[in-house]
Amino acid sequence: MTVTENAAELAPAKEVGQARRRKEDARLITGRTTWTDNMTLPGMLHLAVVRSPVAHAKITSVDLTAAQQAPNVVAVFSGRDFAEEQGSIPCAWPVTPDMVNPGHPSIAVDEVNHVGEAVAIVVARSKSAAQDAVELVDIDYDVLPPVLDMEEAVKDGADLVHDQLSSNTSYHFVFDAGDAGTGANTDEAFTDAEVVVSRRFIQQRLIPAFMEPRSVVVQPQGDNFTMWSATQVPHVLRVMLAMVTGVPEHKLRIVAPDVGGGFGGKLQVNPEEVLSLLVARRLGKPVKWTETRSESLMAAHHGRGQVQYVDIAADREGNVKGLRVRLLADMGAYLRLITPGVPALGAFMFPGIYKFPAYRFECDGVFTNKVPTDAYRGAGRPEATFAVERIMDELAVELGVDPLELRRKNWIKAEEFPFTTVAGLEYDSGDYDAATQQALELLGYDELRAEQQRRRESGDPVQLGIGFSTFTEMCGLAPSRVLGSLAYGAGGWESASIRMLPTGKVEVVTGSTPHGQGHETAWSQLVADQLGVPFEDVEVLHGDTAVSPRGMDTYGSRSLVVGGTAVIKAADKVVAKARKVAAHLLEASEDDLDFSAGKFTVRGTPGAEIGIQEIALAVFAAHNYPEDVEPSIDADATFDPVNFSFPHGTHICAMEVDTETGMVKIRKYASVDDVGVIVNPLIVEGQIHGGLAQGIAQALYEEAVYDADGNLTTGSFVDYLVPSAADLPHFDTGNTVHAAPGNPIGAKGVGEAGCIASTPAVVNAALDAVRHLGVSDILMPLTPERVWRAVHQGGDGGDRAPAGTNAYGGAQTESTAGVSTDASLGGEL
Amino acid sequence: MSQINVRVDGVDYTDDVEPRTLLVHYLREQLGKVGTVVGCDTSNCGACTVHLDGEAVKSCTVFAVQADGSEVTTIEGIGSADGALHPMQKAFHEMHGLQCGFCTPGMIMASIDLVNDNPDPSEDEVREGIEGNLCRCTGYQNIVRAVQQAAAEMNGRTAGAAETMGAQA
Amino acid sequence: MIPAPFAYARPTTVDEALQAVASGGEDVKILAGGQSLIPVMRLRLAAPETVVDLTKVAELRGVREEGDAIVVGAMTTHSDVITDPLIARYAALIAAATETVADRQVRHRGTFGGALAHADPAGDLPAVALALDAEFVIAGLSGRRTVPAAEFFVDYLTTALEEGELLVEIRVPKHEGWGMHYEKFNRVAQAWSIVAVAAVVRREGDRIAEAKIGLTNMGPTPLRARGVEEALAGAEATADAVAAAAARAAENTSPSSDLNAQADYRHHLAQVLTRRAVTAAAGL
Repeated sequence: MTVTENAAELAPAKEVGQARRRKEDARLITGRTTWTDNMTLPGMLHLAVVRSPVAHAKITSVDLTAAQQAPNVVAVFSGRDFAEEQGSIPCAWPVTPDMVNPGHPSIAVDEVNHVGEAVAIVVARSKSAAQDAVELVDIDYDVLPPVLDMEEAVKDGADLVHDQLSSNTSYHFVFDAGDAGTGANTDEAFTDAEVVVSRRFIQQRLIPAFMEPRSVVVQPQGDNFTMWSATQVPHVLRVMLAMVTGVPEHKLRIVAPDVGGGFGGKLQVNPEEVLSLLVARRLGKPVKWTETRSESLMAAHHGRGQVQYVDIAADREGNVKGLRVRLLADMGAYLRLITPGVPALGAFMFPGIYKFPAYRFECDGVFTNKVPTDAYRGAGRPEATFAVERIMDELAVELGVDPLELRRKNWIKAEEFPFTTVAGLEYDSGDYDAATQQALELLGYDELRAEQQRRRESGDPVQLGIGFSTFTEMCGLAPSRVLGSLAYGAGGWESASIRMLPTGKVEVVTGSTPHGQGHETAWSQLVADQLGVPFEDVEVLHGDTAVSPRGMDTYGSRSLVVGGTAVIKAADKVVAKARKVAAHLLEASEDDLDFSAGKFTVRGTPGAEIGIQEIALAVFAAHNYPEDVEPSIDADATFDPVNFSFPHGTHICAMEVDTETGMVKIRKYASVDDVGVIVNPLIVEGQIHGGLAQGIAQALYEEAVYDADGNLTTGSFVDYLVPSAADLPHFDTGNTVHAAPGNPIGAKGVGEAGCIASTPAVVNAALDAVRHLGVSDILMPLTPERVWRAVHQGGDGGDRAPAGTNAYGGAQTESTAGVSTDASLGGEL
Repeated sequence: MSQINVRVDGVDYTDDVEPRTLLVHYLREQLGKVGTVVGCDTSNCGACTVHLDGEAVKSCTVFAVQADGSEVTTIEGIGSADGALHPMQKAFHEMHGLQCGFCTPGMIMASIDLVNDNPDPSEDEVREGIEGNLCRCTGYQNIVRAVQQAAAEMNGRTAGAAETMGAQA
Repeated sequence: MIPAPFAYARPTTVDEALQAVASGGEDVKILAGGQSLIPVMRLRLAAPETVVDLTKVAELRGVREEGDAIVVGAMTTHSDVITDPLIARYAALIAAATETVADRQVRHRGTFGGALAHADPAGDLPAVALALDAEFVIAGLSGRRTVPAAEFFVDYLTTALEEGELLVEIRVPKHEGWGMHYEKFNRVAQAWSIVAVAAVVRREGDRIAEAKIGLTNMGPTPLRARGVEEALAGAEATADAVAAAAARAAENTSPSSDLNAQADYRHHLAQVLTRRAVTAAAGL
């Protein structure tokens, strides 16, 4: 991104738009952080969770005796001990009225439904004592056949995940544009179409893999409980824990201290959070649970996991006529907070930026004996974007036209905004062509196309391909009424308060809880402009329900769009309240006051002025203020958007494919994103970079692989390949700016853009490199083996062997046989 | 229990540890040096990186007993006594080389080690040099910029190698 | 995670180490750099009764010259191997392969001998040692013995080291005038090799006089690609001749199937990577 800043020319300097360095960094770069696992409380006990080694079984016996007698063990509990009080992990999104929710115990009582499910809890005086005793818990299982493959699971007569249910289908969700009145009849569109292209795409399971493992500390104090948790959603967690455990909401305080990433993975009411609270309540002692990475990969929720059957209809000239999508969406064994809603949220994004006249979407939520899925960066929108951007390429091939020309022919034109799509969404603003032009230039498109041609003609073993993704997404979650219409269990508003301290300093309280996004900095910029106070005079408070009592937290690229707007509105109220006091103190009419750069001045009376920071002191002293107002200029605001915002952009990937080995390597990656008005270009660029890394990782590296018994084969970072710096390219990024009309900032949201857009661009690029060799699809991630097989054997490269890793002497998942300890006697690396 | 003598961030400690205590757990739990964190079980993520006798190591893959007689430097010990930041810390801040910050202590310690060996690393050399540290937030690009900028400052060069960004510090 | 408890010994000499191993009980693990052992212990896939830590055995560190060989102490760290002038001069392949091992932090701790004794088929150094015809000097309570590389790697994670024995040093014949190359294939920078090929080639004019090819991860032990070596001996140093020889790289191999690759793909990779490794080593 080119950041063109010339603050000196702006007078007075606006904070919004400046690449302010982050306030948050001071503690993070010096190690003076408060991660939950850093917490130590007097008398604190440590929990270790015993987890199921089998994917599907009845629990036939539980023997805790040996563990209970182990040194320094205080208590050991099984599911039976909490059966009456644990309730069910809540599911806030019953996407259909008849959705089947089997209930989700935090700890298994009679049966286990995925590897890693909690089956017992050890409580000990030290972390090591707790871990030592885990091995002493003796549980017998009567193993049942695991249900792992969705296409098998929905067949008649399939083995059942939950034997009390009649099938493995949780729900059948339909959006039909014809029925909704937002489009034509889809079946007719297909019947009449000149060209129909059908594909089956796989969205592999991914693991959010936030760097800070989950951690919970609970402190009971009388009948009150304080929970520190590495969560994205302290406010949501408080409400839900109160409902689940019966601890009254006002007796429960949740604190999200420094939180090390989330990406949707910490948008959850975790079984371990419930269990920590229950154990603390039972024992009356403070407790801590911190997961290991293996536990995190196995038991924290996963993302994606869809089989997509996509049909596109068009005429011979390349005008799209209809889109039909049928999904099998992997719920995993249970429904967690928004498990069923993720694919349903995606339902509205499959049409992308294109003017489809007809559209039908159907989704089956399918139970499997795997850990539940839930939000992961993009949550439904990456899956939708992938499908439409991939099928557009397939249609282009079928029609023999350039994939970009096909897109251009069908996308919404700049002059057509606001545009209501066939899915019923009103896209707010943008210019797809402008973003595309800029991206082509950033990439050096013409030269790379020429090189591609040369490599083709010379039969170079290394082929070059170029892939596009011209995407949009819905951000700013969310208008509460829309959420209501989708049966979501809560609203999408956000809250803010501003406290004007006597010394003129400003405390901004936000309900949008950050975990790396830089709210403290960006919110300070917003408030500095709005109140005309120095950036340094603003402190942003968050993440503690006692400090920030109202909030909907951070996910869905909502924080700036919704939470930032709440801050602006609170600031406007502060100014309005201060205006009354200023008028009183300046002995002028409110109507004669101007407010600029933090000062009220009286029009026509030079020298008559008072700063808002001085007014803060004046109302603190409260010796002299108007009769009809309270002595405070503090203010709260809650903002509920009326529409989503729709960032868009064009991402182009140039990919080298070594046809001899199947190795793929990104040669160049260019992206131009329109995220609306940019408050802090540094933060925006960082968000794009991080999103790109995760989206590219889906295309090339990451997959949660289960073996035939339902063990997670990719159970450590040895096998779940989070890319390092050496595995990712340099990104050439740019922006266009079309202000979002739905909020006063004009921001659209940026947190998920890179992740949503990049995956199809990367896969399309790889396919473009080898399309002439007869390849039309390759399963993600594009492992070298899959690419090689697709090139040399046809098909989509096929499944990976789900056997264990070679690393660490054949160590597989924790639940399978480990390394022979005799074998390597005589030395280790 | 074994007794160890270890100097951490300039302070000498004598402590009893179980042989199985990992260096990172000793630092965090016995010394309260919680700036160094644990991100994985398999020495992949590098979040726990500290310097042991001047070399970057993963403190989750060293036993505390092995540090007996050694000097350990953590993220909490690299600034100067007057509170000034190390050039690498400063560069991570200036180049926005962190978001959630969980990987940052390890990333900074590995980067200092890299620059100690290679005073003027290219972009590719930085990427290879920090291959043992995972970051989930940044996509690494700003980390690479930060390491190059810090390398320049640590070696008395101006920040020519790194792309300068923005106007406001 | 935290390893299970164990008894710990930290000898300072080889003799002390041998004693410690002998008296360590049923299940003794020798800790060299610990970069594979400690993670396995953390995952509790290994829970030894006693750990004998060799890091303070100074005599096991360093590289020296001894006649027509260089001798690498088993506890020489990967970092020291990479910068060692004797290795650079006489066996640069070792440094080249070591640079690809894990990451810089791991290379500061991990050791040459530890990696060889661990004998992970996906590890890079066993095939290198095999290609260079290294000899392994093994110490036991009853004295020392020397085992050629071809006999050292016995099976999956299994070497010729008997119970109570230690690998103390590795003798590598000087390879002056040879071309060498290590061609590693993996998915991400930190990952273990899916397949890798160590090529050591001596040219005489337009011909390849002799070639020694080590294969990583093409079976439970590192392998020599004897068919390729035969085909290259005396062959013209041309791309065609190298390609024809490399086509024999998968002969007599038995690679496993795992997440990263199935056996037939490994067979294929061995051929491609051998061609590339030999081409580079032969200076073509």
